[in-house]
Amino acid sequence: MKKNGVFSRAFMALVFLFLYAPIFVLVVFSFNAIKSRTTWGGFSLHWYVELFHNTRILEALRTTLTVSVLAAAIATVAGTAAAIGFYSMRRRPRGICLAVNNIPMTNADIITGVSLMLLFVLLGRQLGFKLGFGTLLIAHITFDIPYVILSVLPKLRQLDPNIYEAAQDLGATGLTAFRKVVLPEIMPGVWNGALIAFTMSIDDFVISYFTAGSKTSTLAMEIYAMTRRRISPQINALSTLLFVVVLALLVVINLRQSRQEQAARLRRATLRSPQKER
Amino acid sequence: MRNKYLAVPYVVWMAVFVVAPLVLVVVYAFTARDGGLTLSNFTSMHQYVGVFGNSFLLALIATAVCLAVGYPMAFLLAREGERIRQIAIMLIMLPMWMNFLLRTYAWMSLLEDTGLINRLLSLLHLPTLHMINTPGAVVLGMVYNFLPFMVLPIYSVMEKIDPKVIEAAQDLGADSVTVFRRIILPLSLPGVLSGITMVFIPSVSTFVITQLLGGSMTMLLGDLIQTQFMGTAYNPHLGSAIALVMMLLVLVCMAIMNRFGEGEEGAVML
Repeated sequence: MKKNGVFSRAFMALVFLFLYAPIFVLVVFSFNAIKSRTTWGGFSLHWYVELFHNTRILEALRTTLTVSVLAAAIATVAGTAAAIGFYSMRRRPRGICLAVNNIPMTNADIITGVSLMLLFVLLGRQLGFKLGFGTLLIAHITFDIPYVILSVLPKLRQLDPNIYEAAQDLGATGLTAFRKVVLPEIMPGVWNGALIAFTMSIDDFVISYFTAGSKTSTLAMEIYAMTRRRISPQINALSTLLFVVVLALLVVINLRQSRQEQAARLRRATLRSPQKER
Repeated sequence: MRNKYLAVPYVVWMAVFVVAPLVLVVVYAFTARDGGLTLSNFTSMHQYVGVFGNSFLLALIATAVCLAVGYPMAFLLAREGERIRQIAIMLIMLPMWMNFLLRTYAWMSLLEDTGLINRLLSLLHLPTLHMINTPGAVVLGMVYNFLPFMVLPIYSVMEKIDPKVIEAAQDLGADSVTVFRRIILPLSLPGVLSGITMVFIPSVSTFVITQLLGGSMTMLLGDLIQTQFMGTAYNPHLGSAIALVMMLLVLVCMAIMNRFGEGEEGAVML
């Protein structure tokens, strides 16, 4: 195919400018000495210092990380199990299950949020609990699992069913065969699912907002509250830190993934005879 | 390794936390505060026709802009070399990982009347613009936040188009317009459809973007629903009815669109 010319490159550069201009502004003004979003008053780390003394934000950060890690971990295990279950079903029930599984992904966040809120309020009144960390976690698990399933299911479909039987013929119990043969093959899908689940949880605001109650608050909810009251450049400092962390994480994951893909390709090449290679 | 009982816990989970809440929305929509059956939640909705119209209009514009920018972007990206592609995709995904509230907030300092864009304009002796708290700013916020959701699915189908198919068409005498119209466009359609879905649905239901960039000038469906559940106008029955109608309208839109795409299976983004 033809390579891109000057105009095409310029167009792409413009799109990236559009995507990064606001982030750049956020980062620059996080080092502002005065409390203005638009006037530069000299370099300072003042807002970073204040940020680390803001217990509300630190508490919210902890809640966000806890709920995201827990929800992603639980969703990964439950979603992988469910994916194997779905994979084993006959066509019709599987179709129904997958359709229901798609609901949280295709529905607007606000609908998932308010519908869960109605359920939690109603159940809470019957069973005597209040909206809080528990309901927040349940909500996150609920919208995380579908992504794990959609990530694991294709890997199961690619799996050669004979290798599991081969392992059993060689004397492995069902569990050992699963652990030693099936799991390594579907692992990239599992990791990918875990990563998407974690991302979705970290990024979520709307569903958390409706399901966390008034006592628990995630980072996004705290930012929302701040933007409605008085806006402090602490938000800029916080976004800068988040941006750097995310950038670092993404680089590490990308490197890891390309190395894993290489290893997998190598392993497959040595395992299978050349004729069977697709 | 086939064991369908492994799905049982999740099927129960879905029944309780996916299906039951939606049933509750329907129940709330058809009942009054005292618990009696009623249609008044729907009949009182006529006062919000404007909000419905506005939401769908703004979301439609935002989706169209995303498509107009995202399609060529994905097309051009897919033609770049492996290394540039990898970095570019990472750069597109990176803002998605920052909380979208922060990203939207960033636009406030750019768009304000005394904001950076206006400062730049007055520096160049150009007339300043009033941008914040307008429907235009809301559309911009939607485009900014959801553009990656358009680019990524289209890119992922573009990338899979076999270059041999294009070469074959060229060998058979097709010019570049024909190649695009007869090969690239139809093959990228599934990505376009899922991109449209992934931009339109969050756009039509957003409430944060409107509050940050639209001020009190723009009230959209998301804001309307939010005030019924969390705000001053607490009335989950009316809120449920509005949510239900919005959900049905979105479903109808998607059904029409998928018909247009002749039932192509939507591509998954990641």
